[in-house]
Amino acid sequence: MIPAAFDYHRPDTLDEALKLLKKHGDDAKVLSGGMSLLPMLKLRLASFAHLVDIGRIPGLDTLKEEKGTLRIGAMVRQVALERSDLIRTKYPILADAIPLIADPLVRNRGTIGGNVANGDPGNDQPAIMLALGATFVARGSKERSIPASQFYKGLYSTALAPGEILTEIRIPAPPPKSGGAYAKLKRKTGDFAVAAAAVQLTLGKNGAIERAGIGLTNAGLTPVEAVDAAKYLAGKMPDEKTIAEAAKMAAAKSSPSADRRGSVEYKKEMARVLTARALRKAVQRAGGN
Amino acid sequence: MAKHRISVTINGAAREAEVESRLLLVHLIREVFRMTGTHVGCDTSHCGACTVILDGNPVKSCTVLAVQADGAKITTVEGLEQGGKLHPVQEGFTEKHGLQCGFCTPGMLMTTSALLERNKNPSEQQIREAIAGNLCRCTGYVNIVKAVQYAAEKMR
Repeated sequence: MIPAAFDYHRPDTLDEALKLLKKHGDDAKVLSGGMSLLPMLKLRLASFAHLVDIGRIPGLDTLKEEKGTLRIGAMVRQVALERSDLIRTKYPILADAIPLIADPLVRNRGTIGGNVANGDPGNDQPAIMLALGATFVARGSKERSIPASQFYKGLYSTALAPGEILTEIRIPAPPPKSGGAYAKLKRKTGDFAVAAAAVQLTLGKNGAIERAGIGLTNAGLTPVEAVDAAKYLAGKMPDEKTIAEAAKMAAAKSSPSADRRGSVEYKKEMARVLTARALRKAVQRAGGN
Repeated sequence: MAKHRISVTINGAAREAEVESRLLLVHLIREVFRMTGTHVGCDTSHCGACTVILDGNPVKSCTVLAVQADGAKITTVEGLEQGGKLHPVQEGFTEKHGLQCGFCTPGMLMTTSALLERNKNPSEQQIREAIAGNLCRCTGYVNIVKAVQYAAEKMR
């Protein structure tokens, strides 16, 4: 399969890339790792007259913690996150998820920027960003920050304006007594999730949950933030009864559609089970029971 | 639509080509360079038959544009043999019957040779995880794992 013809551009700077996007408007699409875009072009599910490859723009591959913030450049490939000691030791929610994304060969090309920016509710990292309370940095005529919770508007539709590029992801570094986990059910390597849950929480001095964030993958047209369940958890001791109730509340927020991965009922039930599992693991990692 | 002049180093040799934007890397290799060891299997980035090593990492060449590889170092299955001597993974696949129909083999060889570059002593689990993106329709995974273990031992 061969994509419909397009012009390929490889700008050396962000300003040059922005200029190209401005010039070509809706006819242009940003290319990062290409692991979603190229298959869509090949299957002719999408077509653009211009691809703007941001792969060689310097400065988009940052991966460091700085002043209490984890900064991840849009072009950081999944393999770099997978091999990062910082991610493995301090961000287990990401470390859980990355080996479950596509397959190793795809992860050698695919980027976190592409994963969060293309607006596919089946992608794993958007739900994680919701749980972590991440912020996305976008560059257009000026730079602005968009909270992950306000980023996803619909199926493949995000808060990114035409002519804007997502350049960086900023994640608040978890305070002490924090834990996170990602629990995913999938049929086989390379498939999207039947259901998956991302949880990040912090425990207070008395062992009660201080703050929790919960995101669900493939649970609707956009990644789902289980706000009610997270609010319910705040201030409570993380016992089995509380976890079960929160998981039920989170699953109630999911609105999956039936497909070959299962019925609506099954997917909602799996969202509940996986939320409970992720909560238990996150509590354990935070040093609770 | 403008064409692009690109240069790559493929199996140690510098090559140039003039390519359309939409030309896929696998087609550059097979149809422009006429190196047909790299296979096209599913053509949808699932099966891994088209795996080549791009700047050190195995990737699915059906899902990379040729122009994206401009300036890159590429290794294909033709580049594994050195001076008439098979690469240890090639030897392992021969010795341990790591192939049946052979269609997935070039991709398997590229992925596993890259694995052994990074990890001299992979566990069975690590080998299986490394080849998770390479499908063998003959389901000959048991012997593929043995072939990689054989190669690992050879290389140590």
